[in-house]
Amino acid sequence: MAAEGHKLAIFRGLLKFKSNQQKIWGVLIFLSIVTTVEVALGIIKPEILLGTFLRMKLLNWIFIILTIVKAYYIAWDFMHIRDETNGLKNSIVLPLVILIPYLAFILLLEADYIFDVMEAGFVAWNF
Amino acid sequence: MEVTSNASLEESQVWGGGNKPLKASYGKMMMWFFIVSDALTFTGFLVSYGFSRFKNINSWPIADEVFTHFPFLHGIDAPMYYVALMTFILIFSSVTMVLAVDAGHHMNKAKVTFYMLLTIIGGAIFVGSQAWEWKNFIKGEYGALETRGGQILQFVNAESGKRAAIQDFSIGIESERTTHQASNGIWYQDETPLPNVSVAEVKKGFLADPNLVIRTEKLTENGQKTVLSREDSLIKIEEAIGVVEGANLIHNEYGNRLFADFFFFITGFHGFHVFSGVVINIIIFFNVILGTYERRGHYEMVEKVGLYWHFVDLVWVFVFTFFYLV
Repeated sequence: MAAEGHKLAIFRGLLKFKSNQQKIWGVLIFLSIVTTVEVALGIIKPEILLGTFLRMKLLNWIFIILTIVKAYYIAWDFMHIRDETNGLKNSIVLPLVILIPYLAFILLLEADYIFDVMEAGFVAWNF
Repeated sequence: MEVTSNASLEESQVWGGGNKPLKASYGKMMMWFFIVSDALTFTGFLVSYGFSRFKNINSWPIADEVFTHFPFLHGIDAPMYYVALMTFILIFSSVTMVLAVDAGHHMNKAKVTFYMLLTIIGGAIFVGSQAWEWKNFIKGEYGALETRGGQILQFVNAESGKRAAIQDFSIGIESERTTHQASNGIWYQDETPLPNVSVAEVKKGFLADPNLVIRTEKLTENGQKTVLSREDSLIKIEEAIGVVEGANLIHNEYGNRLFADFFFFITGFHGFHVFSGVVINIIIFFNVILGTYERRGHYEMVEKVGLYWHFVDLVWVFVFTFFYLV
């Protein structure tokens, strides 16, 4: 909790800041750039990115990946996970990293199956 | 914050308090574990939203067509700009919070006060914006008809390709039907207020204007809504049984009802988090002004509410992606 305890490098040491305040502004600029890219892509919707990969649009994969990147920097630099001990870091991050993709995987797979069943017409959908 | 090696500690020192495992104070660690559990709650909501969406993947409403308003720009189609602005506001208030925490480390009371104030203002603007989004969503824009199967029929002007509002093209029919209130007739029965136009009036207006066609919920290959031909539209309109204006938990003029339900539930739950965050920030703000933490010797409380505040921002990043972008 001492101010000197902050790790001041981001992007795996590519970018080093002189003070914690500078790092905060640097991360803000990075997050703003990512958000701007997301919004721009969402409005333009480039043709190339409308192809599908694993039953989802390429564009949507990009959005989700950029979101996780943003989440990483908010947690690591704003919430100071970077400065915590490995034990605390793991006990916070591991449950989420394991449980969330697992829950998403089983529920989305099930939903996809239900969609196929309704599409095949075994259920009266429009009556 | 003295942490000595465990080997040299007496048993009474280990269990008697004052020992900080993982080099984090009790309060901070518990805030983290609360955040983990809250994150899993939000995961449950967002994943069930994903479930409903994948289940109705070929008829889900298109977010760009639902959220098109920007303050003071009436009638201008501005998809996403306002939520993008809201996102920036929330990220910025996260930054001022971090700066407040940083100032707290340096025991700079004036700066902590200033940055806490900015954070509170940012949070208040965000909650206000969300209320405005809700207002637009509930009020609706064009109105639609609903079929017996619960599907939505929207109207498009085939010539201009623009959406047509039922309020504009429907033709009035003299009718004695009014909203049944508990004060008239049977005292224990009433009904929700009737829409401004009836199904018969919309149908009459639709038949009178040959340019109007129906747009269904079904998505085409390129992810656009299917627009029927005039002939098919004339058949389809016979299926309509009700008029829908705006959205609530039961009806939704934008498409699938589940979309409105999840929108209200998830953004509402998030908005409630922001609201409670603002309230907690205000309490801490006054504590800072009163010098509580100055006397305590450290500003760790600011750090703890800061964690909560960043978490709210973190959740919004995901809500933004899954409701407005994807």
